[in-house]
Amino acid sequence: MAWLKKLVGAALVLGVAGAAAGWLLSAPVRLDGADLAQLVGPGDVVRGKRIFYAGGCTSCHAKPGSRGDARLQLVGGLELKTPFGTFVPPNISQDPKDGIGAWSVGDLANAMLKGVSPTGEHFYPAFPYVSYARMKPSDVADLYAFLKTLPAVAGKAPGNSLAFPFNIRRGIGLWKRLYLSDQPVIPLHDGTPELVMAGRYLVEGPGHCGECHTPRDLAGGTRKGQWLAGAVAAEGSGVVPNLTSGEGGIGSWSASDIANYLETGFTPDFDSVGGAMVDVQRNMAELTADDRAAIAAYLKAIPPHPNGYPARKKSTK
Amino acid sequence: MRKLVIAISMLALAASAAFADPVLGRQALMKERGKIVGGLSKVVKGEEPFDAAAVLTQLQALQANAEKFDVEALFPKGSDTGDTTAAPKIWEDMAGFKTAEDKYLADVKAAVAAAPADVDALKTQIGTIGSDCGTCHQGYRVKKG
Repeated sequence: MAWLKKLVGAALVLGVAGAAAGWLLSAPVRLDGADLAQLVGPGDVVRGKRIFYAGGCTSCHAKPGSRGDARLQLVGGLELKTPFGTFVPPNISQDPKDGIGAWSVGDLANAMLKGVSPTGEHFYPAFPYVSYARMKPSDVADLYAFLKTLPAVAGKAPGNSLAFPFNIRRGIGLWKRLYLSDQPVIPLHDGTPELVMAGRYLVEGPGHCGECHTPRDLAGGTRKGQWLAGAVAAEGSGVVPNLTSGEGGIGSWSASDIANYLETGFTPDFDSVGGAMVDVQRNMAELTADDRAAIAAYLKAIPPHPNGYPARKKSTK
Repeated sequence: MRKLVIAISMLALAASAAFADPVLGRQALMKERGKIVGGLSKVVKGEEPFDAAAVLTQLQALQANAEKFDVEALFPKGSDTGDTTAAPKIWEDMAGFKTAEDKYLADVKAAVAAAPADVDALKTQIGTIGSDCGTCHQGYRVKKG
């Protein structure tokens, strides 16, 4: 029976080694010194306001259904119902206890660019840091300055309720190794117009458009080969439209149609913005005309794909 | 502009015909509504000149359309299936749906009553009305692809 003992021993060693490797590989990775060095100096409140609206912070972190100034009370509490379970965006107001009032600018940068909390835990990627990771640290510093001007609101939002194994935070570390990168999704050659480059930054970075408009694989990462092709809604019901010029997409929209839609909420065929995009469009309306033109220019430049969601089943009724 | 007015009148005529199918009825009214707002948007965007009388005619058409939007008749129970993008939330929260529609009607009426004298006045009104469109389409419509 010596061979069995050996086998069990080997399995144990392998198991322990695997667990140790998993533990190491899943460890939270924070920003390095070079990145943190870019955060010195006070951020600019005005520039930060632009990033705040480009990033859509208020869409998830304001109390659900808020309008007007209430959208700046970032108390959290919205329920994002997904196949993984329900995610509840937390309080990110300036309350030092319930919100993030006690965070340093480095804390915010680690959260947004690395998905790591000040206590060293992984955040769930329902918080779209996979997109925010493409942001410039200086933009995070500006955002930090703007967030500081917003009110402190007490009250903790309820926690997430997730199914096993998604409730194991540490596992996100492995997921991040697959999907977290600060590199652009769409490569643009030298000499690409400035407007398209600016649009790429806004769409792929702070705007995090791909989080809803790109289909996901089984592990929940976005399929870069179908970038912005539209997707079955990850949260709620229905589908999210195709933003490319492929079949079913918005190839018939001119760049100014896109920019106008982002400003007014009206599509070129006289329909209006709907669903979760209503809040997003309100944010986009706060940007400058140049920013909206940049987003439009980028969307006209990306590779076309057919719809990233299945065709609608015709009712038999 | 005249072509548009004629087109709208024809649409209005079509929409006013009693539809046996509430889904088709509400879709026709929504299409007409979009067309009118689309025409007004063109003026706001400066693609068409501002003509106070023509703008008022269109706003009045928008009001007539809104008044025809009888929620009870157009969204009876059970009309949430088939070729429709109406969200189940309409029937779960009929009161909220009606409130949103009432606000829209009130805002359109206010625009007619205030008969915009220039593009800026119209722009503000269309902004308010457009935001009403978004309120309903945010929660009470589901895109199905």
